[in-house]
Amino acid sequence: MEYEILGLPAWYYIAMVAKVLVVFVWVLLTVAYATYAERKIIGHMQVRLGPMRTGWHGLLQPIADGLKLFFKEEIIPAEASTFAFLVAPLIALVPAFISFAVIPFGTTITVMGCKIPLQIAAYADKSGGVIDVNVGVLYILALSSLGVYGIVLAGWSSNSKYSLLGGLRASAQMISYELAAGLALITVFMVSGTLSLQQIVADQAGFGWYAWRNPFLFGAFIIFFICSLAEINRTPFDLPEAETELVSGFCTEYSSMKYAMFFMAEYANMITVCAITVTLFLGGWHGPFTDAFPLLSPLYFIAKVYSLIFLCMWIRATYPRYRYDQLMGLGWKFFLPITLVLIVGNGLWISVIGAGNWLGSLFA
Amino acid sequence: MFNVASPLINGLKITLQHLFKKPVTLQYPTERPIIGPRFRGLHALNRFHDRSKCVACYLCPTVCPAKCITVEAAEDPVTHEKYASRYDIDILRCIFCGYCVEACPVDAVKMTETFELANYKREDFAYTQEMLTDKK
Repeated sequence: MEYEILGLPAWYYIAMVAKVLVVFVWVLLTVAYATYAERKIIGHMQVRLGPMRTGWHGLLQPIADGLKLFFKEEIIPAEASTFAFLVAPLIALVPAFISFAVIPFGTTITVMGCKIPLQIAAYADKSGGVIDVNVGVLYILALSSLGVYGIVLAGWSSNSKYSLLGGLRASAQMISYELAAGLALITVFMVSGTLSLQQIVADQAGFGWYAWRNPFLFGAFIIFFICSLAEINRTPFDLPEAETELVSGFCTEYSSMKYAMFFMAEYANMITVCAITVTLFLGGWHGPFTDAFPLLSPLYFIAKVYSLIFLCMWIRATYPRYRYDQLMGLGWKFFLPITLVLIVGNGLWISVIGAGNWLGSLFA
Repeated sequence: MFNVASPLINGLKITLQHLFKKPVTLQYPTERPIIGPRFRGLHALNRFHDRSKCVACYLCPTVCPAKCITVEAAEDPVTHEKYASRYDIDILRCIFCGYCVEACPVDAVKMTETFELANYKREDFAYTQEMLTDKK
């Protein structure tokens, strides 16, 4: 007889804690080593070596950096608004991490007779059906726009002109690009008919990845990825922390662990955005042989996420930063109209050809 | 649309090609740079018997654009030869142009391959004749 808490079996809670631990440790480690990978990849793209001294080929560099930041002096500017100044890094960091709660990172695995879907906010009911947050995408959209409050608050509470301008830029950029990103997502909902990420991923089985369901969805995929880069302030859209203009932007006045938190938030955001893109457009955890070996599915998911992270770093090594007016022009005059066209085109495609997985049916 | 995308993709191609090139970084203290045969490092004075070859002709302080060489002449009481009683180089002023080596008529001053000249005190950069002259 199973022990139940609030109508749910006890193992559901154990599995939940285990999933939370695994996912967050994975995200934290990836954040740490993404900084290392970024320095290495950009170094080699500039025909340099990148970090080499700390450990074998600089492998201990993230740990050394973390320790260094930990022991740095904590400075709170005298003119700063102290409470907001202290809270801002947390507001930036937490949404970046908790977006992961709804992202399915693997198929449903069976541990000791219990079905455990590899997604934090999900459980298998008695009949074996997986129940997850049915507004998963909305949750992600809400959190991703929440993260910018940390940046705006940091910029405003620092009471420094560079920080303020950085925060202003972040909010303006966020508003402009969230529109295009949200509209690009509508094309996905038109095909999937649901906001539940579990069902969106299930719908992409058998290489029916949304990115190549039809040309309009592919366009939406590209635009969503670019807009996501802009939303998380990565190059070429890193205007909120443009060194040449704003010293270090919103985090100019921050030091020690509070700076490290912004830094972590930036990389955690990158991982989250890549994971969302993978889930919505690149088939999530789907790949060959996942039915026979369910544990392959998290590996496929991780491989896809890491490829996109590599793409982010590759883009950073390639493109210079946008000018502010060009950035706004790109968002409002180029991406926004194009996404509207994509929605119409996608609708026509679905009504004329259908929303099916034509590529998968070619192989079948 | 293609006109917009193609230069962006070309840029990505170039950075990807660079990713697989051999890095040019020199891991300096462990890996040593290749020093050319005509490298201009720290000065040295060639030795002739018990003292440096310098005859104190003052050509090197004259030609020196950084005015970092100080020479004082003296007469040997035995042989009545002119020699440099003082030959100092302020290495902090020196620009390592090598004009002094070119100007020297008796091949007394030369330049070595030593380039790691960091030191702790300002006074340590004032090289004297004893420090510069080749050891026996």
